[in-house]
Order: sequence, then C-alpha cells, then structure tokens
Amino acid sequence: MRELPEKLAEVVAEIDSITDRFERQEVLIETADRFDSVRVPESVAVKPYAEERRAPACESDAFVWAVDQADGTLKFYFDVLNPQGLSAMAMAVILAETLEGTPLEQIAHLPTDIVFKLFGKELSMGKGAGLMGIISMVQNEAKKRL
Amino acid sequence: MSSPISERGYARPDVLVSTEWVAEHLHNPNIRMIESNEDPLLYPSKHIPGAVQVDWTLDLNDPIRRDYLKKASFEALMSRIGVTPETMVVFYGDKNNWWATYAYWVFQLFGHGNAKVMDGGRAKWEKEGRPMDRIVPQYPATAYNAPDRDDAHIRAFRDAVLRHVEAGGPLVDVRSPAEYSGEKLHMPEYPQEGALRGGHIPGAKNVPWSRAVNPDDGTFKSAEELRQIYEGEQGLEPDGDIIAYCRIGERSSHTWFVLTHLLGYPNVRNYDGSWTEWGNLVDVPIEK
Repeated sequence: MRELPEKLAEVVAEIDSITDRFERQEVLIETADRFDSVRVPESVAVKPYAEERRAPACESDAFVWAVDQADGTLKFYFDVLNPQGLSAMAMAVILAETLEGTPLEQIAHLPTDIVFKLFGKELSMGKGAGLMGIISMVQNEAKKRL
Repeated sequence: MSSPISERGYARPDVLVSTEWVAEHLHNPNIRMIESNEDPLLYPSKHIPGAVQVDWTLDLNDPIRRDYLKKASFEALMSRIGVTPETMVVFYGDKNNWWATYAYWVFQLFGHGNAKVMDGGRAKWEKEGRPMDRIVPQYPATAYNAPDRDDAHIRAFRDAVLRHVEAGGPLVDVRSPAEYSGEKLHMPEYPQEGALRGGHIPGAKNVPWSRAVNPDDGTFKSAEELRQIYEGEQGLEPDGDIIAYCRIGERSSHTWFVLTHLLGYPNVRNYDGSWTEWGNLVDVPIEK
C-alpha cells in the first residue's frame, strides 16, 4: 500500500484500532452527522448533477466535485442523494476533512482498500465497491490535473 | 400515493403489511420487526422501536464457504432475536426493501412461513415521521427447531441453470441495463467484485428489480402494473419455470418476492450464484 496522506492516515488508524463493532459504527455515524459541512454548495453545483460526477457502483447515489485552490491543492465537496446512505456520507466526510492541502500526487494514488480499515472487513461486496467508487472519483480529480 | 395493499390485486396480499399496521402492532410480543439493510450504519443510527437487526453478511451467510447459514446457525439466530416458529416476523429495510426481501427469502429456505414485509420499507416509515429509537432490544432466548434448509424449490444452482438455458427456459436478469449488456463489468482496482466476462445468461429478459416499486414512496406497484411489466413487456408466462438472477442474488430475491407472492407465480427460483458465478465460469454460454 502506498503511504496515506498524514491526516487521512491518522483517521484510518484511529478507526481501524476500534475492535468493538458497535463502537466503530458509533464513530462512523457521528462522522456522517457532519455531512452538511462537506455538502456541495450551490456555487459549485446544482441539481440535477452531471452524471460524470457520480461515484461508480455507489448505491447511495454519491457525487463528487473538486475545486482548485490557490496553492494548487483541491477542496472536495460531495452530495449523497440517498438520505439513508450513511456510510457514503461518512466516507465523504473523512475524505473532505483529511485531504485539504494534500499534494495531488498523493491523492491520485490513494489506496481504495482503506474502506475495509474504516468500515470493517465484514463489509459486503456491493457496499465496499460503492465506497471505493467514491475514493476512485477523488483519485481521478487529482489525476486529471497531474 | 399508492392504494391500500388489499386493493392492489395481489395473489398473496397477506405477505405485505403497511406502515400503519406496523405502528398499530408495535408492542405485540408475537410480532418481531426485523431490519435488514444494505448500509450497515443505518440500524445503529436509529430504527423502529423494538426492531432487531439481521445483517446479511454477518447473520445470513456462512463465514467460510459461499453459502447461506445452515440449520444450526439459523436456529441460533432465531433464538438470539427471540423468535419461535409461531412468531410473525416482519422485515423492513433500506433501498426499497431490497435487503429485507433477501432476508425474507433466506428465511423461506428454512420454512418460516409466518413472515411479512413492510410495504415502503424504512424510508416510508421515516418519511411519515413515525417513532424511531437507538435502543437495541434484548429478547429472551427461544428454542427454535428449524427443518433442514430446503434449497430445492426456491433456489437454483449453476448446473440447473445451465440445463434451464439449454432447454430455453425463461430467465429474468434484474441488474441494470449496463450490467445486462456487459458494458459495466466491475470496479477498477476491484476485479474480485465482478466477473471475467460481461453480458447476460442467454435468453434472459432484463427487468431491473426496482421497476417493481413506486419511486415516490417505495411501495410495491399494483398487480396490474406488475403484470404489464413482466407479462406485457417481457412475455413471461405466469406458470413458467422462472429463474431470476442479479450479481449475487440479493436484487433478484426482491423480484422473486414480487413474482412469487404478489403475482402468484408458482415456480420461481432465485439463482444466488448469479453473475459473480456465471461470469466467471469456464465455457458457459453468454449473450451480449
């Protein structure tokens, strides 16, 4: 696995260290509760969103945007159309909160299998694919600019 | 807004209950509400008071081989959630009851016939502002003697599917059109999720599973609307020997529920090996 960006590595390590499944879920639910802070503002996108913004394989209808910053880094915004898509919201919050200021080269090579460290190895195939789809969208935004 | 369940012309209207009905029976000790979701964070975030969770990955699957739980594990599960053979279980969940019908289908492999699905699922309950809480209930353990799992009638295995294809039997592929056509195969960097080949099983009709529900409130469409889709558009014969499949058998359990209970088709099987098996098999026929 390539080295994770520092802030993301901290969050992944913290959640991965929680061995109690219910405690881990609690942390992820609290994370998802902050989703409004990373929801895409109207100045960036309005519905209906372009299909090219849709995260592949995500059953919760997650969409991803990246806004260029003056220092050459990216600020990520998300929307999750399914109000019951808590895992997708948690994933979005973790990425948005930890990737600010991260060099594009690192974002372009984010490992997608961090979803299992965050959400647990028992994650179903489909759910894992959807969460990886969100990460792959984030990677692609960085790759497009390199 | 959909019409009352009893007025929709279903073959088995008794397999569905409305959110109103559930609200009126919340404290009935002979009824167990069971939430089954695609998103594992939903139940712990809040749920219908008194409801237990049955998790597809942890509770219904064998942890080692690709198969469902067996008799002893099913008995242990039922004991843990305080269910006896006489208890009425009512399934509900996210994604238009997709995973709820999957759990329902697995319960039918063990013959728990006193089972229902809450029409509209979790989203409808939540939208109506009905009560939810975060208390995980504990029920006294029960003694549940289950029969051996019966895979013969509602489950199809690959060899039977191959014979079915060779005989020109009807199949319903309930995946998205992009999956059906083979355009979408699997996620980049995640090939184990998908299959080596794309397309569909020869002769299969493509009816995405979610067409069976009303998009506004997640309730099931009326029997007349369902017949128009499956018989009018796709030419399925109600008395045909029908096999439904998707990627791993979860979405097709929803279609199995619709065809079997709402339309009353007597011979419908769910091929849970589905595309993750068929698309990886050597030398089986594929259509694109």
